[in-house]
Amino acid sequence: MAKFFAVTIIVIAILSAIPILRHTWVAPEDISTHGALIDEQMSETMAEAGISFLAAQFILAIFIWKYSNPGPNAKVKQFPGGAKGLVIAAILVVGVEVMALGIFGVKAWANVYLQAPSADAMPVQVQAGQFAFYFRYPGPDGKFGTPHPELINEGTQNIFGLDPEHDVDARDDVVAAEMAIPVNKEIHLLMHTKDVGHSFYVRELRVQQDFVPGLDVTLHFTATKVGKYEIVCTQLCGLGHYNMKAYLEVMSQADFDNWLKQQAGQ
Amino acid sequence: MHDMSVQEHHHAPPTSFIRKHVFSLDHKVIGKQYYGLALIAAFFGMFLSWLMRIHLAWNNAPIPGLQLLSKAGAPGGVMTPEYYLQLMTMHGTIMVFFVLTTAPFAAFGNYFLPIQVGAEDMPFPRFNMMSFWVTFTAFVVLVSSFFLSDGPTLGGWTQYAPLNAVGAVAGPGQGLGVVLWMTSIALFCVGQLLGSLNFITTTLDLRVKGMSLMRLPLSAWAWFITSCMGLTAFAVLMPACILAILDHVAGTSFFVPSNLVINDQLQPHSGGSTLLWQHLFWFFGHPEVYIAIVPGLGIVSHVLLANMRKQMLSQRTLIYSMGALAVLSYMVYGHHMFVSGMNPYSSLAFSFPTLVITIPSTIVVLIWTFSLYGSKLRINSASLFALGFISMFVSGGVSGFFLAQPSIDIMLHATYFVVGHFHLVMGVAAMFGIFAGTYFWFPKMFGRFMNETLGRVHFWLSFVGAYCIFMPFHYLGMAGNVRRYASFVDDYLQPLIPVHRFITVAALCTGAAQLVFLYNLIHSRFWGKPAPDNPWEATSLEWSTPTTPPPFDNFGGKHPVVYHDPFQYGVQSSVGDYVMQTSPEQVATEHDEK
Repeated sequence: MAKFFAVTIIVIAILSAIPILRHTWVAPEDISTHGALIDEQMSETMAEAGISFLAAQFILAIFIWKYSNPGPNAKVKQFPGGAKGLVIAAILVVGVEVMALGIFGVKAWANVYLQAPSADAMPVQVQAGQFAFYFRYPGPDGKFGTPHPELINEGTQNIFGLDPEHDVDARDDVVAAEMAIPVNKEIHLLMHTKDVGHSFYVRELRVQQDFVPGLDVTLHFTATKVGKYEIVCTQLCGLGHYNMKAYLEVMSQADFDNWLKQQAGQ
Repeated sequence: MHDMSVQEHHHAPPTSFIRKHVFSLDHKVIGKQYYGLALIAAFFGMFLSWLMRIHLAWNNAPIPGLQLLSKAGAPGGVMTPEYYLQLMTMHGTIMVFFVLTTAPFAAFGNYFLPIQVGAEDMPFPRFNMMSFWVTFTAFVVLVSSFFLSDGPTLGGWTQYAPLNAVGAVAGPGQGLGVVLWMTSIALFCVGQLLGSLNFITTTLDLRVKGMSLMRLPLSAWAWFITSCMGLTAFAVLMPACILAILDHVAGTSFFVPSNLVINDQLQPHSGGSTLLWQHLFWFFGHPEVYIAIVPGLGIVSHVLLANMRKQMLSQRTLIYSMGALAVLSYMVYGHHMFVSGMNPYSSLAFSFPTLVITIPSTIVVLIWTFSLYGSKLRINSASLFALGFISMFVSGGVSGFFLAQPSIDIMLHATYFVVGHFHLVMGVAAMFGIFAGTYFWFPKMFGRFMNETLGRVHFWLSFVGAYCIFMPFHYLGMAGNVRRYASFVDDYLQPLIPVHRFITVAALCTGAAQLVFLYNLIHSRFWGKPAPDNPWEATSLEWSTPTTPPPFDNFGGKHPVVYHDPFQYGVQSSVGDYVMQTSPEQVATEHDEK
């Protein structure tokens, strides 16, 4: 029974590792400028975690195989290295390596969160609400109109609560249900939620950030590949959470300019 | 060989049915009551997970009879998205609070902590009784929300603000459903605070002569450390729940900021903070993970010692590591909030303690594994589950390397990777600890053995099954499969649905295997093979009781005297390869705690 158990542990460990080694299920190809560092961090962590996982399971299995149900005359003995050796090993091997991972990982995080967007980054506002995303572009004047929560009315399609009658800045704002951005252009995303918590997750962009009710957060990124990608909500927001999504279209600058014109005309 | 001092002060057991079995002051009865509650909760929670898994794998297929449970939630047997979320919320809440906290900590701790320190009972038996009945009431309140017209809350076991505070306008179950959830959890906190208080005092004040702190069994240490965490963690969650209730019923705005518009209606709240809830919740929530798992570490160490027939490499290192886990658990909670919108520098500050916590966890695993070296390992249901625990704890633990890093969390946050991680490390591992404890202590609790063959069948199906369910969760998460979705409608997720079907089949089979355990438990309770006082040749005080199960006052009115630490295996004594804590016999030993 013990030997069978030991073999089972080893078989499970190997079977668990196979899909990882074969890259059976992986994140889609990265289309951002900052994502490469995240992916690199991910594979380095996978290597460390994978080795720790396999080593721990194998040693466990070997000891179970070797030391279970010995004869009545067998004598117990202690591991010659003692506990001190193991504690030092845990601190030096696992502790230091994991800390090193953490320290190197800071750069990947800093790229996204600790650096300010460049001055010419294109501002786009995204507003989340149960259960849709809407996007707003400032229009030719480069200024967003001031939102008035009391004016928000989905029936009249005043999604952002704008008041173009009294607010000059709001008159040329472009509101869209999908997000289009030019390729290779840094985007400064201004995130606002009108009701509860939501999140903005684009796998290909290596971007995930919660919307915080009462607090507008910002994010910046640059997409490097033309295409159509899903933006999904990852923060439980109510019954329609599973279906809360929008599309991100990354297009050439010319296509984007046309798109924006079309949207403005609607 | 048992030496009992002669101080007789025998306490007569109660004779009325109510005092004996219902409102009992006896810690052993209360322990069994907790176990019973956890058992009911576990099967209920598992049943909910079955419904969820079937719905996820075959989205529009009617589940026969489901409409009988909720007409609105499952018209024609097809689950609505809101009903899915409601079942999910109840599954998480029931499992985390009423199973993983109650069984390893409150149930086994109540039963065995006083006996392991040599006490007659806990110091505050009435508080102890209250602790159980308040917890029971909390469970009833929680389950009663199924009977609301719009069902229980759908906000998940984390109940994030402001979904938890704005009321019914935010969705089904978000009105009274949330109020009942918050009430239930606040009551639960009261129960656990009373319990923790008792555990701490029992450990510090009621140890018998010779029982120094270092002579406490590792299980007693684990319960003691857990109760210290419980006292501080539940004390934070309880007021948070009360504030959320006030947001519903008293018009306050603790967790709701100004200018929220729901259904085109400007909400009558202002000035609250949604991140405040997350900080309060996770300040409780992360220690809660350790409240669920540390008793498992203790139980597994205790079971392994008796089955390895030798000392651990270092018991002190294990105790210090469990202590380090407990302290660090308060410093790492922000890793749940990396992408929440809190200051990105805070994310880095929370990341490093999270990485540091891998060190005591690794030490625990290394001490266990290398203690197996040179042992005379006995294989039985209890030791199989204890060894399985180590395997699960490692598998669930290594995924923590990823989630501790904010940059990687950008990809993995709120995906099935997280679901796989916590299910393995705090769900399955903790359950394995409960099973190891059950097979090990059942003979003491009921005077009968559990059926060994059924125990092994239960182990094999659970061990392989749990891996089949929870390993693929990690793969799904790495591919970016978002959790808490009632169905997978995104184009991107379509190719992943076959993996979900595999998981569902594995979950149904593994769940069915738990019925073997239930049958074994009930059958053995009445018809199991009678067990002697010390069937495992173990050393700690629970095996020194004059009768099995122990009498009302545990040691028959005598106070045991302790001469050894509880780790004295692999020695040569007059009874075999161990010497009991209560035996005055002097044996040659490497080291004996004073």
